[in-house]
Amino acid sequence: MATTTQPQTGAKPAASLSNEEILRYSRHLIMPEVGMEGQLKLKNAKVLLIGTGGLGAPLGLYLAAAGVGKLGLVDFDVVDFTNLQRQVTFGTSDVGKPKSEAARARLANLNPDIEIQSFETQLTSANALELFKDFDVIVDGTDNFPTRYLVNDACILLGKPNVYGSIFRFEGQATVFGMPDGPCYRCLYPEPPPPGLVPSCAEGGVLGVLPGIVGSIQAMETIKLILGRGENLVGRLLLFDALGMKFRELKLRKNPNCPVCGTHPTITKLIDYYEFCGVRGEEAPGPSVQVPEITPRELKARLDRGDDLYILDVREPHEYQICNLKGHLLPLGELTRRVHELDSSREIVAHCRSGKRSAEAVDFLRKAGFRKVLNLKGGILAWSDEVDPSVPKY
Amino acid sequence: MPVKVMIPSPLRPYAGKRDSAEFSARTVGEALGHLTTEFAELRKHLFTEEGKLRSFVNVYVNDEDIRYLAKENTPTKDGDTISIIPSIAGGCISFRHFERSEKSLLALCFGKRKRNLKE
Repeated sequence: MATTTQPQTGAKPAASLSNEEILRYSRHLIMPEVGMEGQLKLKNAKVLLIGTGGLGAPLGLYLAAAGVGKLGLVDFDVVDFTNLQRQVTFGTSDVGKPKSEAARARLANLNPDIEIQSFETQLTSANALELFKDFDVIVDGTDNFPTRYLVNDACILLGKPNVYGSIFRFEGQATVFGMPDGPCYRCLYPEPPPPGLVPSCAEGGVLGVLPGIVGSIQAMETIKLILGRGENLVGRLLLFDALGMKFRELKLRKNPNCPVCGTHPTITKLIDYYEFCGVRGEEAPGPSVQVPEITPRELKARLDRGDDLYILDVREPHEYQICNLKGHLLPLGELTRRVHELDSSREIVAHCRSGKRSAEAVDFLRKAGFRKVLNLKGGILAWSDEVDPSVPKY
Repeated sequence: MPVKVMIPSPLRPYAGKRDSAEFSARTVGEALGHLTTEFAELRKHLFTEEGKLRSFVNVYVNDEDIRYLAKENTPTKDGDTISIIPSIAGGCISFRHFERSEKSLLALCFGKRKRNLKE
């Protein structure tokens, strides 16, 4: 599963730089805070990036450019077009390629003097300790709660620093967990949030530059940890608000009762993090709710016939602006409050982007007493595929 | 001068899209009480049915975590800033992941798959 470039021969730490390296790193070498000693520390450092996406992009680029001697890249995902808006490691020609491999190729081109190992695999409780053990610093650039808790626990169990960053829309957070006297992720967030705390990914999104900023902060913290210089973010949660362009800082404390890093830990090995985060059982895979459907072709035929159908678009207003079927816009999140706007005597066809949100809307409406309500199967995406290709997909 | 409560962006839809609100309050609990009276939809996100602050909700007075002060009884003075700090997981995911993933990444991202329409 691992692909390596520039395998290093000996396990012995490098004691000198080549003339080419001296030239390459000259702007570091002339800084007393880095110098030859610091550059050799970078050359001998091994950093594992969990995720090569939005946060992983600046992380990989800057750490490779800085001369971190060994970089590990863990990602099981494949590059798609929607990644290119923020995942600047990748180019258009990388679409369809495995991210870890595309990132490895890009970083190897940036710096052929370093070793880069790509792991095209999902980080799991079964492989995390094995993957982490050869690295000095772990950098968390993932996008989900189970992996965040997994990375945290594995770092605590192995005693490795965990450089943390996360983003949402216009806001970011960064800190360093897993240092001997510092707090861990569980000290800050003992448990993941339950349903509904955050509206939804569909209403979320992220401004492309934001992961660039937060990932760069993580890269800086990683380099400071390696150099042993400056004041790192241990015990401080850095909050970044891009809209207000403000940085704030909160104190983080080590929780003596923390189940993993506290004085009497109850978690002494890796657990099932999907279960811990409440994404097993009833919420696990499975399609969305089963509701009566209409296919795009059937809908087209009925509209052409002049049937009196009420098209209900349950997406968000900004999605409506991207493309629409001239339906009545009523976002799913407002449906309970605005249900009285709908006429239960009319035949309603609900749609969203892919058919999932509208299935929930149809389910809700049927339970609310609406009899004649159908879900457009596959949503506006299927409409674009089967009826009208001029409707853009997003 | 009252205390200022900072509302994080994931909770703003339940707070009239406001990013902050100001109240006269002597304690953190009192300020959050005013907040959830003004924005009733916020209540279930911050408090349990028994009225206790939810364990995953981090609340700070200025830069201090109230868990290490007097929790909801932490006194506030004029000019203090109360921050509600949500747990965010992203590296945000794209729409396409929704369809491709077997497990709902919405669940991974935000805790559970379905929205609670029935609430």
